[in-house]
This record gives sequence, C-alpha cells and structure tokens, in this order.
Amino acid sequence: MADAPLLSVQDLTVTFPTPRGPVRAVDALGFSVHRGRTLGIVGESGSGKSVTSLAVMGLHTGAEVTGSVVLDGRELVGLPERELNRLRGRRMAMIFQDPLSSLHPYYTVGEQIAEHHRVHFGSRRAAARRRAVEMLGEVGIPEPARRAGEYPHQFSGGMRQRVMIAMALACEPELLIADEPTTALDVTVQAQILELIARLQQDRGLAVVMITHDLGVVARVAQEVLVMYGGRAAEQAPVDDLFAAPAHPYTRGLLDSLPRLDDRDDEPLRAIPGSPPSLLAPSPGCAFAPRCPRAAAATGAERRRCEETRPSLVRDHDRLTACHLSPRGDTGAAERPARNGGIR
Amino acid sequence: MTTSTTAGPRAAEPLLSLRDVTKTFPGGRRRTGAGAPVRAVDGVSLDVAAGETLGLVGESGCGKSTTGRMIVRLLEPTTGSITYDGRDIGHLGRRELKPLRRELQMVFQDPHSSLNPRQTVARIIADPLLVQGSPAAEARRRAAELMELVGLIPEHLDRFPHEFSGGQAQRIGIARSLATRPRLIVADEPVSALDVSVQAQIVNLMERLQRELGLAYLFIAHDLSVVKRVCDRVAVMYLGRIVEVGAKERVYAAPAHPYTRALLSAVPLPDPAAERARERIVLPGDPPSPATPPPGCTFHPRCPKAQEICRSEAPLLRVATAGEAREVACHFPETDPPPNGT
Repeated sequence: MADAPLLSVQDLTVTFPTPRGPVRAVDALGFSVHRGRTLGIVGESGSGKSVTSLAVMGLHTGAEVTGSVVLDGRELVGLPERELNRLRGRRMAMIFQDPLSSLHPYYTVGEQIAEHHRVHFGSRRAAARRRAVEMLGEVGIPEPARRAGEYPHQFSGGMRQRVMIAMALACEPELLIADEPTTALDVTVQAQILELIARLQQDRGLAVVMITHDLGVVARVAQEVLVMYGGRAAEQAPVDDLFAAPAHPYTRGLLDSLPRLDDRDDEPLRAIPGSPPSLLAPSPGCAFAPRCPRAAAATGAERRRCEETRPSLVRDHDRLTACHLSPRGDTGAAERPARNGGIR
Repeated sequence: MTTSTTAGPRAAEPLLSLRDVTKTFPGGRRRTGAGAPVRAVDGVSLDVAAGETLGLVGESGCGKSTTGRMIVRLLEPTTGSITYDGRDIGHLGRRELKPLRRELQMVFQDPHSSLNPRQTVARIIADPLLVQGSPAAEARRRAAELMELVGLIPEHLDRFPHEFSGGQAQRIGIARSLATRPRLIVADEPVSALDVSVQAQIVNLMERLQRELGLAYLFIAHDLSVVKRVCDRVAVMYLGRIVEVGAKERVYAAPAHPYTRALLSAVPLPDPAAERARERIVLPGDPPSPATPPPGCTFHPRCPKAQEICRSEAPLLRVATAGEAREVACHFPETDPPPNGT
C-alpha cells in the first residue's frame, strides 16, 4: 500500500474555554488511516478519544482546534462550515454510541436516510426513498420496504444502530468514524454489528476509525491502534505488536489488569493504582507518571523527568511510544517528535 | 474465589435459596401489546452457599437485576419462595424485613448516582447502622474503620461524594454495604460503570473482602470475563429463565447450552491472533421481549440447533451429564468442548 492515507491528522490540538481556564482535551495528536483499513483509538473517560473524532468531523463549535486534518488531500481545519457540510455525510460519516439520540423521533427512518441523499445528490423524492430502502436491506434489516416507514422507537437497540450505519453510508463516504458503536449493545448484538461494519468495509473499501474503551473490540477489528491517555498519544502500533509487546507502561498496565476469558490462572488481577487524570489540572510531566510503576521505580533525574517534562513520541520501527523510560525511550528531549503518525 | 469447597449446587445447606421464583410486572401500554403483564423472571431456582460467589449473567432484559432486587427484597416475588438462612423471606412485611436488612446488602452499578450528593461520606456509610439504631458516635467510628477496610483514607470522612473518583465512590458504596456486617451481598454490575483501568482494583477489593469477612456474593454482570474471574459458580439467564448453571470451570470450558456457547464466543478477546483464529457463532436477531415470549424454548428463534420440539416444549433445567455439577435447560445440550477454546 504505497498510496497516500485517506485521512491524515497532524498535531491536532483541541482546547475548550471553561470558567476555570482553558482545558486542552487533545494535545498534539497525529495519526493516519488508509482506505480499507481500521484504526482503533483506545482510551478511558477523559482520554480525548471522542473529542478527537468530533474534531476530525469539524463538529466542535466553541473549541479552538489547531493542527491539521487532511482528508484525501484536502485540509479540513479552518474550512468554512458550508464546505464542511458538503463533506460530512458525503466523504466522511460518523456513528455514535447511542443511536436513539442521534435519530430524529418525528421522522420515519426511511425519510431520514432519504434526506441525506437528497441533500448531497439532489435526487428526487422517489429515488431517494428507493435508495433508503436499499440501504436498510444492505445493513441487514428484514422487510426493509415496510420498516423504512417506521419510527426510530419501533426499532431495537441493535436495529437502530443498523439504521445509523445505513444513514451514515447512504452517500457512499470513504471514511467512517465509529465512536463506541457497540458499547450500549448486548454482547451478542455487538458481534452482529461488528460483523456488519467489517462486511461493509470490505465491500466499499472504507477507512474506519473505531473509537472504543474495549481492548477486545480493538483486537477484533483494527489493524493499527492508537492508545490515548490524558489527551495525548501514549502509544501507536500495529495491532499485533501492540498486544504482543506493549511498550508504554499504560498499555502494559491496561492489558495486565483485564480479566480474560482465556486466562488459566486465578491470581489477583494486576490493577493500575489511582484514577485517570483530570484535564482541569494537568501535570507538566507525563500524564501517566502518578500511576506508573516505571516512574515509581525511577530515581533522581529520571524520576524528575517523568514528573516535569512531557515525553515526546519516539519511533521504533512501526511503533511510536511516548515514555521517558521505555526500553528504547527518548534520549534527547529536544528532538522533535515524529508526529505524522504514519502507522499502517 | 477460593472459599467454596462444594461446587455442587445442592451439596451444602445453602445460605440463600430461590425456588420457582417469578416476578410479573403489570403491562405497559401499546408497545407491549394491550397491557399484557410482563413476566420478567419466570421460575428461577438457585442457591448460594455461605462464602461463595454465584455469578448471574445475561443480556439486558433477561431478569438478572430483577432477581437480585427480589433477593434483597427491594421487590416482592409474585410467586415462589426465597429462603434465607432457613426462613422464607419472600413475603415478609416492612417491619419483619428490618432485622434482615443487616444480613443482606446490595452494591449498585453507578457509584455516584447511588450515593446521596448532599451527605458526607461518614453519613452515607453510617446510614445503615443509624437505621438499625446504633448510637451516632459509634456509627461514625465504624464508618472510619470501614473506610480503611476498603482502601480509603479515614480522614476523608467528612468529604462529599463529588470529591471522589468513580473507583473511590464505588469503594464508598461497598463500605456502606459492609456496615452492618452482612453475610450476603448482591452486587449488580459493580464494575461496569468504571474505567477499565479501575475495574481491576474493585474486583481485587471484593475478592479480598470475601476472604477476610467470609462474604457470599451474588455477582450480577453482563461481562463474562469479569464473572469468570470472580465466581465459583455461574448461572446464565435468558428471558427470565436460567438456561445453564454450574461450576465455573465446566460452564466456561464446555458450555452446554447453545446460548451460553454463543455468548462466550461473542466476547471479544484482547488478543488479535486469537480473534482471527476464532470460530464465532453470531446469533441472528435480538432477544425477544419478555411481554411476548416465544412458545416452547424461548431461545428457539435464535438457536442454531432448534428442532421441532423446541418450538412447542419448554425444556426443564436438568443435569446434562450424570454426576456433573451443572444443569442445563436444553433439549439438545452440547456435550463436547467448543472447537477452538472459547
């Protein structure tokens, strides 16, 4: 795959003004996604993963967004709203955790899907309606012609998420951002939805950004993974490398703390002490330092570095890690981090 | 957890036992079909021995939380018996329930919404003791003791819930549940609202408390990986009924009910190589509404193995393999382990 990535994000920073001062929810983030590939973005609450996805879609009004978001050669940051409107839905689309709150309760699902088509392609009512029924069939809704005339509340949670996917893909976008699309669903329904997204991705060569807190979901769907902590990238790597040998102590800690179905032993879980950081009072050093076993074991200058200086991302083959103390860690703090991400 | 010596569900004199417990709620409006009553729990029987953990798993709407709420008698069962320590508690009145509330406590899913935001932690934790008539000073002393027990700093007694993180708030909820020295705790999704990195802390805490205090848990959860870690035995519910129950090792290694099998195969593993190698059973459709349960085995519309008999006759919960501490409600239970692990 020598072609350019479909989506390339560099140095993305999102700052919200709040009464208690500006909050930097996303700080100098970079990643890229190719057509037909899936990037998993993993993080806990407050890690900035959802803010990132909204920033890519240009949906942050009131926040200051800097850096660069390039979709198929076109810079999106700073683009006027009218231009963005033409791209959203048409070139890039998004699905959310809670489909019910993203669907309009007063319109039938058929009308809602058809509207997209009419707005973007100027198609006639009947043609748009045919397209809506076709899409509902494609996402696996039985009797699509009848169900197109029903309202969102008449669908189950899993079926609603299918409707959302039908709506997102009705205008053939190339990029799909899925923000915790299965978190509200039961595990058997989650399996259906993940399978559906994978099938549609294959059929259409979609680039997918899958945002989740569930490392199992990432392991199932992603080829590349970005682990976020406190608004920054902690580690980015191809999925097999990341799970086989996590380089960042946070990634390692997350994987170690998970109870797993394939565990043989019953020792206590290796929990990470403490809680995720507050963005209101960010530490000047590494956001993970207060919970980090490596930082706790370090002494003198090394320890101070963790507590006082932000680690920059350092590349080792296909992997980027932001840790002062990782085995192949950063030696010169002055070195500019490799932020273009470029993971494939 | 290690406290159970008898894995068999009927082996020891159980601390808690449910027999044919049913809970019917009056019907809703049009969605559920002309006010038909909803049978949320439909003939559940289960036992929890002193000091053991029984996991109750299932998807949303399967009746697991309703079952938990009947056990702590936040709800009254419609029919059937709930026996705690040899006494039927299913239909006791308010006054008779009060002494029982010392012994049966509950931990909730969302730590923050289950704590009164306008009360101090001291008051929250001491509340069950005050209700039971303890003097205020003594209750406060006990609250400090409990803070320490669950890994919080006793000096923070006079803080309010919003000053604590989600994990700490759940520790407060656990401390409150322990105030009256209960013997059984019903924990309804105690870790599912917490951040992944914090869940393990709470799981470890609950395991330690069980060892130190000899508690029995009914651990209600949808996360099968957490349940596997915490429980001695597991009961799987589907649409108000238990479809499989038995020793954890058996249920996870060789699930006998097709639903258990599908559930386990649907859980994403944090291991990309294993995920690629897995053969997944993806069930069609959604769980049906408990207001309009399908005839026969309620799982048959989604079951890959359903036959004619499954459409007409509901299978009873019975031992599938002779001499085994596991029961299954299926006409055609699986007997071999799944093809490639879970």
